[in-house]
Amino acid sequence: MGLNLIVLVKQVPDTQNITGEAMKEDGTVNRAVLPAIFNPEDLHALEAALTLKDTIPGTQVHVITMGPPSAIQVLKESLYRGADSVALVSDRKFAGADTLATSYALKCAIEKIGNYDIIFCGRQAIDGDTAQVGPQTAEKLNLNQITCVSNIEKVDTEKRLILARRSIEGGYELVQAPLPVLLTITDEGYSPRPPSVIKVMTFKNASAEMSEEKYDESYIDSKVEQKSNQAINLWDINAINADPESCGLSGSPTKVKKIESVILVSADIRMVENSQDAISGMVHELIADHTLG
Amino acid sequence: MSTKNSVMVFIQQDDGQIAEVSVELLCKAKDLASRVHASVTGVLLGKDVRKSAESLIPYGVDELFIVEDDRLENYTPMPYTKIMVDIIKKIQPQIALYGATTTGRDLAPRITSNLKVGLTADCTDLQIGDYSSKGADYKNILYQIRPAFGGNIIATIVSPEKKPQMATVREGVMKLIEPDPSYKGKITAFKADLTDADFPSVIIERIKQEKTVNLKGAQVIVSGGIGVETKENFQLIIDLAHALGAEVGASRAAVDAGLIPKDHQVGQTGTTVRPKLYIACGISGSVQHRAGMDESARIIAINTDPEAPIFKIAHYGITGDLKDVIPKFIKAFKAKS
Repeated sequence: MGLNLIVLVKQVPDTQNITGEAMKEDGTVNRAVLPAIFNPEDLHALEAALTLKDTIPGTQVHVITMGPPSAIQVLKESLYRGADSVALVSDRKFAGADTLATSYALKCAIEKIGNYDIIFCGRQAIDGDTAQVGPQTAEKLNLNQITCVSNIEKVDTEKRLILARRSIEGGYELVQAPLPVLLTITDEGYSPRPPSVIKVMTFKNASAEMSEEKYDESYIDSKVEQKSNQAINLWDINAINADPESCGLSGSPTKVKKIESVILVSADIRMVENSQDAISGMVHELIADHTLG
Repeated sequence: MSTKNSVMVFIQQDDGQIAEVSVELLCKAKDLASRVHASVTGVLLGKDVRKSAESLIPYGVDELFIVEDDRLENYTPMPYTKIMVDIIKKIQPQIALYGATTTGRDLAPRITSNLKVGLTADCTDLQIGDYSSKGADYKNILYQIRPAFGGNIIATIVSPEKKPQMATVREGVMKLIEPDPSYKGKITAFKADLTDADFPSVIIERIKQEKTVNLKGAQVIVSGGIGVETKENFQLIIDLAHALGAEVGASRAAVDAGLIPKDHQVGQTGTTVRPKLYIACGISGSVQHRAGMDESARIIAINTDPEAPIFKIAHYGITGDLKDVIPKFIKAFKAKS
């Protein structure tokens, strides 16, 4: 019997290849120059789900993302790789959401799909590195979780059991849990497949009127701009039946008090000449003040 | 002192061993508690943990809650979340801290999701201060300070309206204080209401390798970066470390390039270190790397590129090829000692 799988993904600014231009002079992040990408570990989570779909006939993979309209790009990337249905959860009322408010909105979206056996997330997103939204969503669904999964060893659809390898400090655990369960996936065990050429041809024009190249924090107005489309479901706050008080800024207990960019202040550096005498002098000093020796 | 409004620490144990970060957090909790005039509480769950609990009181713990149950020997999320939520509801701490370990990062988000309170991940500093927003003034709020955006910014986060204010804190960033053997604190057994249904996950197998690299305890660290280029050159780093009685470190780029195993990695995604001397060889000094070593008492940078950011935080800089510099360094040390 096939499984119903839900994958939660996020579009993020590419912080791993950051350049000097990415930081504005006032210390804020210049998102405009950062390319928007599929969060790397979410791509591994999608791969884990698609791998199960490949081996268990009748399995369905649903992908959900929450974000601005440009996040449609990660949904298209999911369709190109074999997702069966995708949904963008987007509404101005979600703007400013911290991880708690995000997990609430995702929980509502998951409940709209209703039926699931495994929920997949990437271990963490590279813009915040918090690793919080997966466990927070699981708790809201009163669902068991296995985090930091490097590989799914076995899924027994008869007994409804999963065996997963979980990375821990200096080693691993093999954890067995009954379905349903939420997993967060690391980048260790799966190699994300490339897009399928046929699927790219099928879906490349999906919701083209909403796609934007650059990462943008602006949110679509749920009443005016939202257009539904066959391939990509667009869900606003009403579609997922979410309480506005628990969404966006009002549903976010954490506030950013201050942002400082990391600016290097030159220390009292002493340049030491690359000669035996100069290096011996430095070593002598370090021995004299008990730093060395 | 009443334990209500306390600064609480979740104390992590692995195979009965108390995690070092939990002790670091107790020390920090003592500092924070003195600023907000509160007591320090702890929570320790596991099998036969009373002895370990007693060993922690000298760090200044006023009341330590324990739950002893064989089924809690290894961490799993469901029962731990249930107990922690019950304890927090009962004792109502104003601050609750967790190590930013695999366990802490698995557990803390579930608790905050249940209690609908804020959580900041991977803090590198915690302070107490005031906060004003929309005409409301909040006194003695926890400033939760963490790097974000790949380490390019440092954000100060507050959760002024909801209690407890929760944070996970990186290992190695909070200083240990001397324990006081005469400290008077009490241990309270908390009655947890657990059934077998609270234990859906079963750990079939648990493999942990002994740590062979001790970066955190090292007084001197010699670290190599991508500028080292080859495994043969990396041997020079190892040779210098041996000569100085130092530990071998590495940047993420060197680890990713396969020059050395990951347990040597220093930096944001590796180990945070604060040795007496840190010798950075062929390391440009990305923000991620600096975040893990910039509190070293002395830093020597050896790099061919005089513009490398590492020189901005170094105390001694040598512009040159490490193949040329390191042998001179070894020779100088052997001659002097």
